[in-house]
Amino acid sequence: MTKKISLLIVDDEESVRDSLYNWFIEDGYYVDCAQNAKEALSLLESRNYDIILADIKMPGMDGLEMHRRIKSLNKDSIVIVMTAFASVETAVQALKDGAYDYVTKPFDPDDLSHLIRNATSQIALQAENQALKDKIISLENIEDIIGNSDAMMKVLRDVESVAQSNSSVIITGESGTGKELIARAIHSNSTRKYFPMVSVHCGALSESLLESELFGHEKGAFTGAMFNRKGRFEMADGGTIFLDEIATISGKMQIELLRVLESKTFVRVGGNKEIKSDFRVLCATNRDLKKLVENGTFREDLYYRLNVVNIMIPPLRQRLEDIPMLVDHFIKKYCTSMSRDIITIDQSVLKRLEEYDFPGNVRELENMIERAIVIGNRKEITLKDLPLGKGTVSSTFESLDDLEKKYIFEILTKYDWNISRSARALKVDRVTLYNKIKKYGLKSSK
Amino acid sequence: MNKQNILVISFGYFDNYFLKRIADDIIHEFRFPVDIEESHIDLNVYYDPTRRQYNGNKLLKLLDSVSKPESIKTIGLFGVDLFIPILTYIFGQAIFNGRTGIASIYRLKNEQYGLKRDDDLLLNRFSKVVIHELGHTFGLVHCYVPSCVMRSSTYIEDIDQKKVFLCNKCRIHVESTSNIY
Repeated sequence: MTKKISLLIVDDEESVRDSLYNWFIEDGYYVDCAQNAKEALSLLESRNYDIILADIKMPGMDGLEMHRRIKSLNKDSIVIVMTAFASVETAVQALKDGAYDYVTKPFDPDDLSHLIRNATSQIALQAENQALKDKIISLENIEDIIGNSDAMMKVLRDVESVAQSNSSVIITGESGTGKELIARAIHSNSTRKYFPMVSVHCGALSESLLESELFGHEKGAFTGAMFNRKGRFEMADGGTIFLDEIATISGKMQIELLRVLESKTFVRVGGNKEIKSDFRVLCATNRDLKKLVENGTFREDLYYRLNVVNIMIPPLRQRLEDIPMLVDHFIKKYCTSMSRDIITIDQSVLKRLEEYDFPGNVRELENMIERAIVIGNRKEITLKDLPLGKGTVSSTFESLDDLEKKYIFEILTKYDWNISRSARALKVDRVTLYNKIKKYGLKSSK
Repeated sequence: MNKQNILVISFGYFDNYFLKRIADDIIHEFRFPVDIEESHIDLNVYYDPTRRQYNGNKLLKLLDSVSKPESIKTIGLFGVDLFIPILTYIFGQAIFNGRTGIASIYRLKNEQYGLKRDDDLLLNRFSKVVIHELGHTFGLVHCYVPSCVMRSSTYIEDIDQKKVFLCNKCRIHVESTSNIY
């Protein structure tokens, strides 16, 4: 037993209090006694007890009323109601009010031991359950959303402030920025966290498939519909539905979706029974929905229904300071999953990564690191392990001239400033190369 | 009379050999000299006619009030069926970290369970109850070691499962507590 279980005994008879006190003290519990409900409630204001053993018949406030008040002070306490006058009505009432058990005095010693042992098991299970829930939340929150740049901090603050509400949220950002991760963070910080988060990738499904996927279908609704099937809205009851690539849905589906969002009811494809579901909607898109509304491809009413809150995830090139932390995270993640020792990364590689544009955002960086770990030397990630070769477009270069200058310099360095070999590699003649060296003012570092 | 002894008071008839064996077991476990006394009280005062049993709480209080300062612990031995208000019966009880305890032989007899009389088994069971209650007076809580005499026993079968000795952990606790006296 790691934690000492605390008990509060509430009984107006001194002999009962003393007997129970002695019995439980000998079992190693922490025990307090109160002679009436008022005294018990006052003790409960200063301390939480794991188990409360309360007599049902007491002067002043009876045990059932006290039990209701205890539950309002500490809903996790286990209350066991005791009585010398057993009646079915009071027993039923006590159990209806949430009492853990109901016992008649005097107890058989073995029954009392069993009762308390079961109650302590229940407390241990509650504690374990809470610890697991906390662990799930911490895993979802901390392990995947990486970054301490101002831009990411703003996103996380937005997540925190919007999570507890029930409002619809549109998450925008380029492909690979982690829109679904942000959606998961919103869900796992909301009151709906113990219900499912159901994701639908709207862009991957045709109109009819999407309709069946979202609303479900009845047996025989269409060729191949051999069984009734629940839709995603139905599966998300109590939780959250995440509609990815929302901008890709057809005009017909936009109307359907608007109706469902407003009434929270729908009918399965091929069915006629209205189904109610309580869900929260989170959407994501990498397109500018406002522009789509302006050019008439996305319904304005649906846009305003969905866009109660907008969270914009910045592309990776706008939060370069997060790259070292992300790299570190992905190295640990993939080395662990491949059962390898954690490797390091050369500082020049990090610098090179910070100069890169990352059109594929965090997803591209993650794939790059995974590849480097697979093909690398198992000790350190070097430049040659990363696909950041001559074709790389970097946002730090301002013009084609800059690129040309840098590339010519790299080739000259590679061939030790041998003009003939460098010109052959560049597929230009020697004169052209001399002219370029002159134009860009290139000089050997030796 | 020895200084710092454990006093065993028999209320009712107990054979001298029987008391001597119990005293030996107490000495073995607690390392204090044991004195044995015989006392007579009117048990009718403690009788509850509705339950047809004797009130253990009241008897414990009586014993605590008459215990002698030179005895660090006092245990009262009874031959009658004991109860406390919340429980249908008890084998014994003690004041936790206190100076007194009581033990009853009534429910330890094989005859109560329709079995053949067995005096050796009875003595063994009674020793276990006496040492268990004295253990509580030394601040020992119920022990999870199956063979330890401090393991909680609510049925006679539970008493037979454990031994008459303290486990190492409980013994160390008693030894550290005994230094205070």
